[in-house]
Amino acid sequence: MGRKLVVTLFIIVCFILQCSVFHSLAFAGIIPNLMIILTSAFGFMRGEKEGLIIGFFCGLLSDIFFGSFLGFYALVLMYIGFVNGKFSRVFYPEDIKLPIALIVTSDLSYGILCYILMFLLRSKFNFTFYFISVILPEALYTTVVTIFLYPIILRVNEKLEAGERKREQKFV
Amino acid sequence: MSPIIKRKGERFTLPSKYLLFILTLLCTVLMLVTFGTDVFNGPLNTTVGYVIVPFGQGISRMGEWLANRTEELSQIRSLLQENESLREQVAQLTEENTLLQQDKYELNQLRELVSLDEQYGEYNKVGARIIYRDSGNWYSSFIIDKGTEDGLSIDMNVIAGGGLVGIITAVGPNWARVTSIISDNSNVSAMTLATEDNLIVSGDLQLMSEGVIAFSQMVDSKNQVEVGDKIVTSNISDKYLPNILIGYLHTINRDTNNLTKSGYLTPAVDFEHLGEVLVITDLKQQIGE
Repeated sequence: MGRKLVVTLFIIVCFILQCSVFHSLAFAGIIPNLMIILTSAFGFMRGEKEGLIIGFFCGLLSDIFFGSFLGFYALVLMYIGFVNGKFSRVFYPEDIKLPIALIVTSDLSYGILCYILMFLLRSKFNFTFYFISVILPEALYTTVVTIFLYPIILRVNEKLEAGERKREQKFV
Repeated sequence: MSPIIKRKGERFTLPSKYLLFILTLLCTVLMLVTFGTDVFNGPLNTTVGYVIVPFGQGISRMGEWLANRTEELSQIRSLLQENESLREQVAQLTEENTLLQQDKYELNQLRELVSLDEQYGEYNKVGARIIYRDSGNWYSSFIIDKGTEDGLSIDMNVIAGGGLVGIITAVGPNWARVTSIISDNSNVSAMTLATEDNLIVSGDLQLMSEGVIAFSQMVDSKNQVEVGDKIVTSNISDKYLPNILIGYLHTINRDTNNLTKSGYLTPAVDFEHLGEVLVITDLKQQIGE
Protein backbone atom coordinates (compact mmCIF):
# COMPACT_ATOMS: atom_id res chain seq x y z
CA MET A 1 0.00 0.00 0.00
CA GLY A 2 2.78 2.39 1.00
CA ARG A 3 4.67 1.56 -2.17
CA LYS A 4 1.67 2.35 -4.36
CA LEU A 5 1.25 5.71 -2.68
CA VAL A 6 4.93 6.62 -3.02
CA VAL A 7 5.07 5.59 -6.69
CA THR A 8 1.90 7.56 -7.49
CA LEU A 9 3.42 10.57 -5.81
CA PHE A 10 6.62 10.10 -7.83
CA ILE A 11 4.70 9.96 -11.11
CA ILE A 12 2.63 13.06 -10.35
CA VAL A 13 5.58 15.12 -9.12
CA CYS A 14 7.73 14.14 -12.11
CA PHE A 15 4.93 14.93 -14.55
CA ILE A 16 4.35 18.33 -12.96
CA LEU A 17 8.08 19.13 -12.94
CA GLN A 18 8.48 18.06 -16.55
CA CYS A 19 5.60 20.24 -17.75
CA SER A 20 6.34 23.36 -15.75
CA VAL A 21 9.75 23.81 -14.18
CA PHE A 22 11.79 22.05 -16.86
CA HIS A 23 10.34 24.29 -19.56
CA SER A 24 12.16 27.18 -17.88
CA LEU A 25 15.34 25.09 -17.80
CA ALA A 26 15.01 23.93 -21.40
CA PHE A 27 18.15 23.89 -23.53
CA ALA A 28 17.38 24.97 -27.10
CA GLY A 29 13.72 24.24 -26.48
CA ILE A 30 14.38 20.64 -25.47
CA ILE A 31 13.14 19.26 -22.16
CA PRO A 32 14.27 16.01 -20.53
CA ASN A 33 11.92 13.04 -20.26
CA LEU A 34 11.38 12.27 -16.58
CA MET A 35 8.64 9.75 -17.39
CA ILE A 36 11.22 7.55 -19.15
CA ILE A 37 13.57 7.77 -16.16
CA LEU A 38 10.79 6.67 -13.79
CA THR A 39 9.48 3.89 -16.01
CA SER A 40 12.82 2.39 -16.83
CA ALA A 41 14.26 2.82 -13.31
CA PHE A 42 11.34 1.03 -11.67
CA GLY A 43 11.46 -1.51 -14.51
CA PHE A 44 15.02 -2.68 -13.89
CA MET A 45 14.80 -2.25 -10.12
CA ARG A 46 11.53 -4.07 -9.59
CA GLY A 47 10.94 -6.29 -12.59
CA GLU A 48 8.74 -6.52 -15.65
CA LYS A 49 5.36 -6.23 -14.01
CA GLU A 50 5.96 -3.07 -12.05
CA GLY A 51 7.84 -1.55 -14.99
CA LEU A 52 4.96 -2.08 -17.34
CA ILE A 53 2.30 -0.86 -14.91
CA ILE A 54 4.23 2.31 -14.08
CA GLY A 55 4.93 2.88 -17.77
CA PHE A 56 1.26 2.49 -18.54
CA PHE A 57 0.19 5.10 -15.98
CA CYS A 58 2.98 7.55 -16.87
CA GLY A 59 1.93 7.31 -20.50
CA LEU A 60 -1.76 7.60 -19.71
CA LEU A 61 -1.11 10.84 -17.86
CA SER A 62 0.69 12.30 -20.89
CA ASP A 63 -2.10 10.98 -23.11
CA ILE A 64 -4.88 12.65 -21.15
CA PHE A 65 -3.19 16.03 -21.18
CA PHE A 66 -1.24 16.15 -24.42
CA GLY A 67 -2.14 13.22 -26.67
CA SER A 68 -4.54 13.66 -29.55
CA PHE A 69 -6.05 10.29 -28.54
CA LEU A 70 -5.74 8.06 -25.49
CA GLY A 71 -3.44 5.06 -25.32
CA PHE A 72 -0.53 5.96 -27.56
CA TYR A 73 2.09 7.09 -25.03
CA ALA A 74 0.70 4.53 -22.58
CA LEU A 75 1.42 1.73 -25.04
CA VAL A 76 4.94 2.93 -25.90
CA LEU A 77 5.97 3.52 -22.27
CA MET A 78 4.43 0.25 -21.16
CA TYR A 79 6.62 -1.74 -23.55
CA ILE A 80 9.68 0.28 -22.51
CA GLY A 81 8.96 -0.58 -18.86
CA PHE A 82 8.47 -4.24 -19.73
CA VAL A 83 11.72 -4.52 -21.68
CA ASN A 84 13.61 -2.73 -18.90
CA GLY A 85 12.13 -5.22 -16.46
CA LYS A 86 13.96 -8.02 -18.29
CA PHE A 87 17.20 -6.50 -16.99
CA SER A 88 16.19 -6.73 -13.33
CA ARG A 89 18.09 -10.03 -13.10
CA VAL A 90 21.44 -8.38 -13.87
CA PHE A 91 20.80 -5.23 -11.85
CA TYR A 92 22.85 -4.35 -8.79
CA PRO A 93 22.16 -1.19 -6.78
CA GLU A 94 25.89 -0.38 -6.57
CA ASP A 95 26.29 -0.26 -10.32
CA ILE A 96 25.49 3.04 -12.04
CA LYS A 97 26.62 2.15 -15.58
CA LEU A 98 23.81 -0.26 -16.41
CA PRO A 99 21.00 2.08 -15.25
CA ILE A 100 22.36 4.99 -17.25
CA ALA A 101 22.92 2.85 -20.33
CA LEU A 102 19.38 1.47 -20.04
CA ILE A 103 17.78 4.88 -19.57
CA VAL A 104 19.66 6.36 -22.54
CA THR A 105 18.73 3.42 -24.75
CA SER A 106 15.12 3.65 -23.58
CA ASP A 107 14.92 7.35 -24.35
CA LEU A 108 16.55 6.91 -27.76
CA SER A 109 14.18 4.12 -28.70
CA TYR A 110 11.23 6.15 -27.36
CA GLY A 111 12.31 9.07 -29.56
CA ILE A 112 12.75 6.88 -32.63
CA LEU A 113 9.39 5.18 -32.04
CA CYS A 114 7.69 8.56 -31.68
CA TYR A 115 9.35 9.75 -34.88
CA ILE A 116 8.26 6.68 -36.82
CA LEU A 117 4.68 6.65 -35.56
CA MET A 118 3.95 10.38 -35.51
CA PHE A 119 6.18 11.87 -38.21
CA LEU A 120 7.36 9.22 -40.67
CA LEU A 121 3.77 8.08 -41.19
CA ARG A 122 2.87 11.67 -42.09
CA SER A 123 5.62 11.54 -44.77
CA LYS A 124 8.18 13.67 -42.96
CA PHE A 125 11.32 11.86 -44.06
CA ASN A 126 14.10 14.08 -42.77
CA PHE A 127 15.22 11.64 -40.08
CA THR A 128 18.67 13.21 -39.59
CA PHE A 129 17.10 16.54 -38.67
CA TYR A 130 14.72 15.03 -36.14
CA PHE A 131 17.44 12.80 -34.71
CA ILE A 132 19.96 15.61 -34.28
CA SER A 133 17.61 18.34 -33.09
CA VAL A 134 15.09 16.40 -30.97
CA ILE A 135 15.93 12.77 -30.19
CA LEU A 136 19.64 13.11 -29.38
CA PRO A 137 19.43 16.31 -27.28
CA GLU A 138 16.51 14.85 -25.35
CA ALA A 139 18.51 11.70 -24.60
CA LEU A 140 21.54 13.72 -23.48
CA TYR A 141 19.51 16.03 -21.26
CA THR A 142 17.68 13.04 -19.82
CA THR A 143 21.03 11.46 -18.96
CA VAL A 144 22.13 14.58 -17.11
CA VAL A 145 18.87 14.63 -15.12
CA THR A 146 19.21 10.89 -14.47
CA ILE A 147 22.46 11.49 -12.59
CA PHE A 148 20.51 13.59 -10.08
CA LEU A 149 17.15 11.84 -10.08
CA TYR A 150 18.22 8.20 -10.16
CA PRO A 151 19.97 8.14 -6.75
CA ILE A 152 16.78 9.56 -5.19
CA ILE A 153 14.63 6.87 -6.81
CA LEU A 154 17.14 4.20 -5.78
CA ARG A 155 17.25 5.33 -2.18
CA VAL A 156 13.46 5.58 -1.88
CA ASN A 157 13.12 2.12 -3.38
CA GLU A 158 15.66 0.68 -0.92
CA LYS A 159 13.77 2.25 2.00
CA LEU A 160 10.51 0.76 0.72
CA GLU A 161 12.06 -2.67 0.25
CA ALA A 162 13.57 -2.57 3.74
CA GLY A 163 10.17 -1.72 5.17
CA GLU A 164 8.51 -4.52 3.25
CA ARG A 165 11.09 -7.03 4.45
CA LYS A 166 10.57 -6.00 8.05
CA ARG A 167 6.81 -6.45 7.75
CA GLU A 168 7.25 -9.91 6.19
CA GLN A 169 9.51 -11.01 9.03
CA LYS A 170 6.94 -9.85 11.55
CA PHE A 171 4.32 -12.09 10.00
CA VAL A 172 6.66 -15.07 9.88
CA MET B 1 -0.88 -26.55 -14.59
CA SER B 2 -1.91 -23.22 -15.96
CA PRO B 3 -0.15 -20.29 -14.27
CA ILE B 4 -3.32 -18.22 -13.98
CA ILE B 5 -5.45 -20.77 -12.20
CA LYS B 6 -5.91 -19.92 -8.55
CA ARG B 7 -4.88 -22.51 -6.03
CA LYS B 8 -6.19 -22.70 -2.52
CA GLY B 9 -4.33 -20.60 0.02
CA GLU B 10 -2.20 -18.95 -2.63
CA ARG B 11 -2.49 -15.26 -3.47
CA PHE B 12 -3.63 -14.67 -7.01
CA THR B 13 -0.94 -13.11 -9.20
CA LEU B 14 -1.11 -12.48 -12.90
CA PRO B 15 2.15 -13.19 -14.79
CA SER B 16 3.56 -10.06 -16.39
CA LYS B 17 3.26 -11.27 -19.96
CA TYR B 18 -0.48 -11.78 -19.58
CA LEU B 19 -0.79 -8.35 -18.02
CA LEU B 20 1.21 -6.89 -20.90
CA PHE B 21 -1.09 -8.56 -23.38
CA ILE B 22 -4.24 -7.36 -21.61
CA LEU B 23 -3.00 -3.79 -21.32
CA THR B 24 -1.86 -3.79 -24.96
CA LEU B 25 -5.37 -4.79 -25.99
CA LEU B 26 -6.79 -2.12 -23.70
CA CYS B 27 -4.53 0.56 -25.23
CA THR B 28 -5.43 -0.49 -28.76
CA VAL B 29 -9.12 -0.38 -27.98
CA LEU B 30 -8.71 3.00 -26.28
CA MET B 31 -6.85 4.38 -29.29
CA LEU B 32 -9.45 3.11 -31.73
CA VAL B 33 -12.34 4.41 -29.64
CA THR B 34 -10.89 7.82 -28.79
CA PHE B 35 -9.66 8.40 -32.34
CA GLY B 36 -13.16 9.22 -33.46
CA THR B 37 -15.14 9.89 -30.30
CA ASP B 38 -14.42 11.30 -26.87
CA VAL B 39 -16.34 8.89 -24.66
CA PHE B 40 -13.69 8.48 -21.97
CA ASN B 41 -12.45 12.05 -22.02
CA GLY B 42 -15.15 13.40 -19.70
CA PRO B 43 -14.50 11.43 -16.48
CA LEU B 44 -10.73 11.09 -17.08
CA ASN B 45 -10.26 14.79 -17.75
CA THR B 46 -12.24 15.61 -14.63
CA THR B 47 -10.37 13.36 -12.19
CA VAL B 48 -6.93 14.13 -13.55
CA GLY B 49 -7.72 17.82 -13.75
CA TYR B 50 -8.49 18.06 -10.06
CA VAL B 51 -5.24 16.28 -9.12
CA ILE B 52 -2.77 17.96 -11.44
CA VAL B 53 -4.10 21.44 -12.17
CA PRO B 54 -3.95 23.02 -8.67
CA PHE B 55 -0.19 22.31 -8.45
CA GLY B 56 0.33 23.97 -11.81
CA GLN B 57 -1.50 27.09 -10.75
CA GLY B 58 0.69 27.35 -7.67
CA ILE B 59 3.91 26.71 -9.57
CA SER B 60 3.14 29.20 -12.31
CA ARG B 61 2.14 31.89 -9.77
CA MET B 62 5.36 31.31 -7.85
CA GLY B 63 7.50 31.31 -10.98
CA GLU B 64 5.88 34.53 -12.11
CA TRP B 65 6.43 36.15 -8.73
CA LEU B 66 10.11 35.17 -8.70
CA ALA B 67 10.63 36.37 -12.26
CA ASN B 68 8.94 39.68 -11.43
CA ARG B 69 11.09 40.27 -8.36
CA THR B 70 14.37 39.62 -10.19
CA GLU B 71 13.27 41.80 -13.04
CA GLU B 72 12.32 44.62 -10.70
CA LEU B 73 15.73 44.60 -9.05
CA SER B 74 17.66 44.54 -12.29
CA GLN B 75 15.59 47.17 -13.99
CA ILE B 76 15.39 50.00 -11.44
CA ARG B 77 18.38 51.87 -12.83
CA SER B 78 17.42 51.58 -16.46
CA LEU B 79 13.87 52.53 -15.56
CA LEU B 80 15.00 55.85 -14.11
CA GLN B 81 16.74 56.74 -17.37
CA GLU B 82 13.82 55.53 -19.39
CA ASN B 83 11.45 57.61 -17.32
CA GLU B 84 13.22 60.81 -18.31
CA SER B 85 13.18 60.06 -22.00
CA LEU B 86 9.58 58.96 -21.77
CA ARG B 87 8.56 62.27 -20.25
CA GLU B 88 9.94 64.02 -23.30
CA GLN B 89 8.10 61.60 -25.50
CA VAL B 90 4.86 62.23 -23.65
CA ALA B 91 5.09 65.90 -24.44
CA GLN B 92 5.63 65.16 -28.11
CA LEU B 93 2.86 62.62 -28.22
CA THR B 94 0.31 64.89 -26.58
CA GLU B 95 0.89 67.33 -29.37
CA GLU B 96 0.52 64.64 -32.00
CA ASN B 97 -2.51 63.27 -30.24
CA THR B 98 -4.47 66.47 -30.52
CA LEU B 99 -3.79 66.49 -34.24
CA LEU B 100 -4.91 62.88 -34.54
CA GLN B 101 -8.04 63.55 -32.51
CA GLN B 102 -9.03 66.10 -35.10
CA ASP B 103 -8.35 63.59 -37.87
CA LYS B 104 -10.36 60.94 -36.09
CA TYR B 105 -13.33 63.23 -35.73
CA GLU B 106 -13.18 63.84 -39.44
CA LEU B 107 -12.81 60.13 -40.16
CA ASN B 108 -15.83 59.28 -38.06
CA GLN B 109 -17.92 61.77 -39.91
CA LEU B 110 -16.80 60.40 -43.25
CA ARG B 111 -17.45 56.83 -42.05
CA GLU B 112 -20.98 57.70 -41.11
CA LEU B 113 -21.42 59.13 -44.53
CA VAL B 114 -20.37 55.92 -46.21
CA SER B 115 -22.25 53.96 -43.52
CA LEU B 116 -19.33 51.62 -43.03
CA ASP B 117 -20.27 49.59 -40.01
CA GLU B 118 -17.61 47.66 -38.25
CA GLN B 119 -17.53 44.29 -39.89
CA TYR B 120 -18.15 42.37 -36.69
CA GLY B 121 -18.69 43.28 -33.10
CA GLU B 122 -16.18 42.64 -30.44
CA TYR B 123 -15.76 39.00 -29.57
CA ASN B 124 -16.27 37.91 -25.96
CA LYS B 125 -12.98 36.95 -24.40
CA VAL B 126 -11.78 35.24 -21.25
CA GLY B 127 -8.26 35.63 -19.93
CA ALA B 128 -6.38 32.48 -18.88
CA ARG B 129 -2.97 31.60 -17.54
CA ILE B 130 -0.68 28.96 -19.00
CA ILE B 131 0.14 26.40 -16.32
CA TYR B 132 1.78 23.48 -18.16
CA ARG B 133 3.57 23.03 -21.45
CA ASP B 134 3.83 19.92 -23.58
CA SER B 135 5.48 16.97 -21.84
CA GLY B 136 7.29 15.92 -25.00
CA ASN B 137 9.47 17.66 -27.54
CA TRP B 138 7.49 16.78 -30.66
CA TYR B 139 4.39 18.93 -30.57
CA SER B 140 3.73 22.33 -29.10
CA SER B 141 0.64 22.54 -26.95
CA PHE B 142 -0.05 23.85 -23.48
CA ILE B 143 -2.57 23.68 -20.66
CA ILE B 144 -4.45 26.74 -19.43
CA ASP B 145 -6.14 27.09 -16.05
CA LYS B 146 -9.71 27.61 -17.28
CA GLY B 147 -12.14 24.94 -18.45
CA THR B 148 -15.80 24.13 -18.90
CA GLU B 149 -16.57 25.76 -15.54
CA ASP B 150 -15.56 29.08 -17.07
CA GLY B 151 -17.56 28.48 -20.23
CA LEU B 152 -14.80 27.14 -22.44
CA SER B 153 -15.33 24.35 -24.93
CA ILE B 154 -13.45 22.57 -27.69
CA ASP B 155 -12.69 24.54 -30.89
CA MET B 156 -12.57 27.94 -29.23
CA ASN B 157 -9.89 30.22 -30.66
CA VAL B 158 -7.06 31.44 -28.46
CA ILE B 159 -5.24 34.72 -29.04
CA ALA B 160 -2.49 36.70 -27.34
CA GLY B 161 -1.01 40.06 -28.12
CA GLY B 162 -3.39 40.57 -31.05
CA GLY B 163 -2.36 37.42 -32.88
CA LEU B 164 -3.70 33.88 -33.17
CA VAL B 165 -2.12 31.42 -30.73
CA GLY B 166 -4.11 28.27 -31.42
CA ILE B 167 -7.28 26.38 -30.73
CA ILE B 168 -8.65 24.40 -27.78
CA THR B 169 -8.43 20.67 -28.51
CA ALA B 170 -9.31 19.14 -25.13
CA VAL B 171 -11.14 20.46 -22.14
CA GLY B 172 -11.71 19.46 -18.51
CA PRO B 173 -13.67 21.21 -15.78
CA ASN B 174 -10.77 23.42 -14.72
CA TRP B 175 -8.26 23.09 -17.55
CA ALA B 176 -8.07 23.14 -21.32
CA ARG B 177 -5.43 22.10 -23.82
CA VAL B 178 -4.49 24.60 -26.51
CA THR B 179 -2.76 23.27 -29.63
CA SER B 180 -0.71 26.16 -30.97
CA ILE B 181 -0.50 27.02 -34.66
CA ILE B 182 3.26 26.37 -34.70
CA SER B 183 2.68 22.77 -33.59
CA ASP B 184 3.55 20.17 -36.19
CA ASN B 185 0.02 18.74 -36.21
CA SER B 186 -1.79 22.01 -36.82
CA ASN B 187 -3.22 23.38 -40.06
CA VAL B 188 -5.09 26.68 -40.34
CA SER B 189 -7.01 27.97 -43.31
CA ALA B 190 -5.91 31.56 -43.86
CA MET B 191 -5.96 34.40 -46.38
CA THR B 192 -3.98 37.49 -47.17
CA LEU B 193 -5.66 40.57 -45.77
CA ALA B 194 -5.09 42.78 -48.77
CA THR B 195 -6.00 40.50 -51.67
CA GLU B 196 -8.03 37.76 -49.92
CA ASP B 197 -6.02 34.93 -51.47
CA ASN B 198 -6.63 31.71 -49.55
CA LEU B 199 -3.76 29.64 -48.24
CA ILE B 200 -3.02 26.93 -45.68
CA VAL B 201 -0.77 27.68 -42.72
CA SER B 202 0.79 24.56 -41.21
CA GLY B 203 3.10 24.31 -38.23
CA ASP B 204 6.41 22.54 -38.72
CA LEU B 205 8.87 21.27 -36.14
CA GLN B 206 11.78 21.86 -38.52
CA LEU B 207 10.95 25.56 -38.82
CA MET B 208 10.11 26.17 -35.18
CA SER B 209 13.66 27.08 -34.22
CA GLU B 210 13.84 29.64 -37.03
CA GLY B 211 10.74 31.40 -35.73
CA VAL B 212 8.68 30.98 -38.90
CA ILE B 213 5.76 28.78 -39.96
CA ALA B 214 5.09 27.36 -43.39
CA PHE B 215 2.21 28.13 -45.70
CA SER B 216 1.19 26.46 -48.93
CA GLN B 217 -1.45 26.38 -51.66
CA MET B 218 -1.69 30.10 -52.22
CA VAL B 219 -3.06 30.75 -55.72
CA ASP B 220 -2.31 34.45 -56.24
CA SER B 221 -2.54 34.29 -60.04
CA LYS B 222 -2.15 38.06 -60.39
CA ASN B 223 1.09 38.20 -58.41
CA GLN B 224 -0.21 40.88 -56.09
CA VAL B 225 0.87 39.37 -52.79
CA GLU B 226 4.11 40.76 -51.44
CA VAL B 227 6.50 39.97 -48.62
CA GLY B 228 5.32 41.68 -45.43
CA ASP B 229 1.61 41.31 -46.21
CA LYS B 230 -0.67 40.49 -43.31
CA ILE B 231 -2.03 36.94 -43.11
CA VAL B 232 -5.33 36.51 -41.25
CA THR B 233 -7.65 33.56 -40.64
CA SER B 234 -9.97 33.02 -43.57
CA ASN B 235 -13.71 33.23 -43.95
CA ILE B 236 -14.03 29.65 -45.12
CA SER B 237 -12.55 27.90 -42.06
CA ASP B 238 -15.12 26.02 -40.00
CA LYS B 239 -13.27 26.42 -36.69
CA TYR B 240 -11.29 29.63 -36.82
CA LEU B 241 -13.11 32.95 -36.61
CA PRO B 242 -12.38 35.21 -39.58
CA ASN B 243 -9.81 38.01 -39.69
CA ILE B 244 -7.65 37.14 -36.69
CA LEU B 245 -4.07 38.11 -37.41
CA ILE B 246 -1.73 35.12 -37.84
CA GLY B 247 1.44 36.81 -39.02
CA TYR B 248 3.34 38.51 -41.80
CA LEU B 249 4.66 37.00 -45.03
CA HIS B 250 8.36 36.23 -44.76
CA THR B 251 9.22 34.54 -48.04
CA ILE B 252 7.19 33.49 -51.08
CA ASN B 253 8.25 30.69 -53.40
CA ARG B 254 6.53 29.53 -56.55
CA ASP B 255 5.69 25.82 -56.41
CA THR B 256 6.97 23.50 -59.12
CA ASN B 257 3.44 23.09 -60.49
CA ASN B 258 3.53 26.81 -61.41
CA LEU B 259 -0.02 27.27 -60.12
CA THR B 260 0.34 27.74 -56.41
CA LYS B 261 2.81 29.39 -54.11
CA SER B 262 4.22 28.42 -50.77
CA GLY B 263 6.68 29.87 -48.31
CA TYR B 264 7.08 31.05 -44.76
CA LEU B 265 5.45 33.60 -42.53
CA THR B 266 6.51 35.18 -39.26
CA PRO B 267 3.85 34.66 -36.57
CA ALA B 268 2.51 37.74 -34.81
CA VAL B 269 2.75 36.05 -31.41
CA ASP B 270 5.98 35.42 -29.53
CA PHE B 271 5.40 31.76 -28.69
CA GLU B 272 8.48 31.43 -26.49
CA HIS B 273 7.33 34.01 -23.96
CA LEU B 274 3.65 33.33 -23.56
CA GLY B 275 2.29 33.66 -20.05
CA GLU B 276 -1.32 34.66 -20.42
CA VAL B 277 -3.68 34.17 -23.32
CA LEU B 278 -7.18 35.28 -24.23
CA VAL B 279 -9.79 32.71 -25.18
CA ILE B 280 -12.51 33.90 -27.54
CA THR B 281 -15.67 32.30 -26.19
CA ASP B 282 -17.60 32.77 -29.42
CA LEU B 283 -17.59 29.74 -31.67
CA LYS B 284 -17.56 30.05 -35.42
CA GLN B 285 -20.76 28.01 -35.80
CA GLN B 286 -22.68 30.17 -33.35
CA ILE B 287 -21.73 33.33 -35.16
CA GLY B 288 -22.73 31.98 -38.53
CA GLU B 289 -26.28 31.36 -37.39
